[in-house]
Amino acid sequence: MTRYILQRILYAIPIAFGVSVVCFSLVYLAPGDPLQTILPPDATAETIEIVKKAYGFDKPLPIQFAIWLSKVVTGDFGMSIATRRPVFDEIVMAVGNTGMLVVFAIPLAFSIGFSMGLLAGCFPGKVVDRSVTGIAVFGVSLPNYWLAIVMVIVFAVELSWLPATGMGPKGSDAFSVWRWSDARFLVLPVITLSMIPIGIIARTTRAAIAETRNQDFVQTLRAKGLGEMAVIRHVVKNALPGVLAVMGLQFGYLLGGSILVETVFTWPGSGFLLSKAIVNRDVPVLQGTILVLAVAFVTINLVVDLLQSLIDPRIRRG
Amino acid sequence: MSQTVVFPGSAVSPHEDQAAPETRIRSYWQSVGYRLRHDKATVFFGTMVLLIVLSAVLAPWLAPFDPYKESIIGRLKPMGWRGHLLGTDELGRDMLSRLLYGGRVSLLMGIVPVIFATCAGGALGVIAGFMGGKVNTGIMRTMDVFYAFPSVLLAVAISGAMGGGMSNGMLALTLVFIPPMCRVAETATTQVRALDFIEAARATGAGTMTIVRHHVLGNVLGPVFIYASSLVSVSILLASGLSFLGLGVRPPTADWGLMLSTLRQSIYVVPVVCALPGVAIFITSICFNLVSDGLRQAMDVRM
Amino acid sequence: MSPLDMSPDLDPRDRGGEQQPLLIVRDLRRHFPIKGAGGRAVKAVDGVSFDVRKGEILGVVGESGCGKSTLARLLLHLIRPDAGELVFDGDQVDAPRGITVAALRRQAQMVFQDSYSSLNPRMPVRDSVAFGPFVQGEPKAKAREIARDMLAKVGLNPDQFGPRYPHELSGGQKQRVNVARALATNPRMVILDEPVSALDKSVEAQVLNLLRALKRQFNLTYVFISHDMNVVRYISDRVLVMYLGKIVELGPVDEIFSHPRHPYTRALLASRPSMDPARRMEEPPVTGDPPNPIDPPSGCRFRTRCAYSEPLCATSEPALSAMGGGHIAACHMLDPASGHSAAGAMS
Repeated sequence: MTRYILQRILYAIPIAFGVSVVCFSLVYLAPGDPLQTILPPDATAETIEIVKKAYGFDKPLPIQFAIWLSKVVTGDFGMSIATRRPVFDEIVMAVGNTGMLVVFAIPLAFSIGFSMGLLAGCFPGKVVDRSVTGIAVFGVSLPNYWLAIVMVIVFAVELSWLPATGMGPKGSDAFSVWRWSDARFLVLPVITLSMIPIGIIARTTRAAIAETRNQDFVQTLRAKGLGEMAVIRHVVKNALPGVLAVMGLQFGYLLGGSILVETVFTWPGSGFLLSKAIVNRDVPVLQGTILVLAVAFVTINLVVDLLQSLIDPRIRRG
Repeated sequence: MSQTVVFPGSAVSPHEDQAAPETRIRSYWQSVGYRLRHDKATVFFGTMVLLIVLSAVLAPWLAPFDPYKESIIGRLKPMGWRGHLLGTDELGRDMLSRLLYGGRVSLLMGIVPVIFATCAGGALGVIAGFMGGKVNTGIMRTMDVFYAFPSVLLAVAISGAMGGGMSNGMLALTLVFIPPMCRVAETATTQVRALDFIEAARATGAGTMTIVRHHVLGNVLGPVFIYASSLVSVSILLASGLSFLGLGVRPPTADWGLMLSTLRQSIYVVPVVCALPGVAIFITSICFNLVSDGLRQAMDVRM
Repeated sequence: MSPLDMSPDLDPRDRGGEQQPLLIVRDLRRHFPIKGAGGRAVKAVDGVSFDVRKGEILGVVGESGCGKSTLARLLLHLIRPDAGELVFDGDQVDAPRGITVAALRRQAQMVFQDSYSSLNPRMPVRDSVAFGPFVQGEPKAKAREIARDMLAKVGLNPDQFGPRYPHELSGGQKQRVNVARALATNPRMVILDEPVSALDKSVEAQVLNLLRALKRQFNLTYVFISHDMNVVRYISDRVLVMYLGKIVELGPVDEIFSHPRHPYTRALLASRPSMDPARRMEEPPVTGDPPNPIDPPSGCRFRTRCAYSEPLCATSEPALSAMGGGHIAACHMLDPASGHSAAGAMS
């Protein structure tokens, strides 16, 4: 067991390294010289040389990468071109805000998606199953940025029940989820974000339950004289690890995939930060945010894998 | 050698020859086609997909107005205003015409990356799966790195870094889809490679390329095709998302994601009209998704 | 052995003459290294030598996991041996002066155990049969013609069964197709890896008779691998008994079944089900599972399950000793000089 955990952790290291290589090379995907984003348009050849030296652009690429990586590891992501603030501070704040959305969205999605999937899986082929499967397809086909707009139209514009955008007048620093005047701002983004995971979790649960119910041990339980509720309890216990793993992955997807929804709600999270960075061509912020999110995603996958192998020793993927 | 040989003993059992009743023999793809034709839901949504694609292709003939003709007085009008069946946008352009034209870009950006990624990822996966060993490790570990990014993030990162635009967006989406495609093809190939008929083919002295062409591709194509069909819907959503963020086509080109983004400012004026491009994306995505589900079921023949 | 079974007319491809064994196997060895086990390996085939005579059916028996299937694949170089040599009709395989692996595969073919996975599920069976001749250079039309012919020869109507897919055939029919596929390239030797193990008993007999008939018709040589002593007795001319990657006994079929010498062979014979109530169990049948082939027992590999095991058996490995009439076995009890307390008494 310990051996498996160590193996899995060791395996994540080259992946994280690869991720950092990809993030580093993002700068070079940008059209033109990366210097152009830093230099004023009328810079003299002399200034260019000085800046080049200062940023290390005169060194060969592997050296540049090594320097960049050694800084990144200590939390030095450079300065934002747009705000002139350290990228690291901006990212920490933004990821925290996104995390807040995700922490609410995932349990919501899990409770709804799992109940739907359980119902559908227990009555395969019945009306419940068909409607759940239908809803699930809706969930996964939904452009959630559009849903965000529709939510704003319905609940903010037409009904005026909830605020449309932002985090409230006091902004991110003074935000508290325990105050309703602040927490109101969370409602629409959280519901919107949970839609896709609801669909995916419902589908996964349905498949897992239906499959488990077909296994021989369920026959044995029935033959033993167990009631239907007790049988379902056994089925759920067997189907749960797979569903939990999917839920964990969705956690990671939302962390990185909330960019569109955050843009609509102007929620100052990591996605919003990214879309601002794209508009401003703020490469350090773009690079830093993507690196942090990707590393977070790798870590979450790792944790999910390890937890799953603890719950269910059958699953020890190499 | 004569065709009719009488074997001693019970070498040829009479009943075994007659065991199988006379049935029409269908090839795999014929039987998939048969199942698809008899799946009413899939036929319906398949027709929908066809109509959506046709309406985009035939946009110049179907559109009632010029999609780029602006009108200062006719801005943000509701549905049905002066023959504008679906109203007008923030520059007074006809919504229906723009939605028809917008489908061209949105569908193109959704489908082309899937085709490219299927070819590239599929080929890489078959190579990795069939060669095994170090080649497999090299290819699959590289894919794992790209797997470590949530798909939306990777698409945004690549197209954002390259400065947006339609071709950059398509390139970004292609890169996003190659790793999962590769994984599907690799899994299928690895499974097939372990079966005895590959070994039997090797025993006849067939070379690697011959075996791959005759015995591997036919068996890998199914799963790859199913997966590719399910990616189309994802790709359309992602492509529209990129346009929504301003990373797709440039205005004034009509594109569903971009239209949704520019109309967002006007939700207080004509909310229903503003939601229309999203409806188009949603319906298209659902139809492709359901067709893909039907395809999966039709192709899931135990053979 | 009836005179009919001996090859009356030699194959035009014959090089060595009637006395030259079709296949000579010398010290064949294959170990499969285990990942993360510190260089340890499964000793699947561990130094095996025997001859396959022209026109005979050599049965190979042993429990599952004794290396039978690995041996089968080694004989066709589907798995590369770590050491040892193969000599096909006088020509060493894959050696500078000998014949290539490709040339070997033109003259030797294999029938696999699992009739399901040994046919491409996406190919009509006639194409599976035609694939071999096509690969070996026949034009497509000729390859199809051969396939039709071969399907007819294994008792399947080519018009009725040719266009079918494997899942549309029964187990017996699929195995017939596999035989047709193996014979389509006109081989001289066929290695049959448990060809009837997955079949019902009634179908098994049909396929066995078909194999016999085809052997006679095409003048073939078989290496017939099975775990079923009754099947092997029915079809073989000579029998080779394997245990944990080694040969323990080899001899003419009647000799082996009437005078088994090795305790393992006796145990195998004793443990097979019998319809004859008069036949008592004289030997304790083999019990338990064979030891792990990663770390086989020292000395005689069978000693951990042998009723006659003595300290000697753990320290020294018995060599194959000849008992006359081409019968050989590896047991200390058969060697009067070995020092085993029962040595000599057994023979």
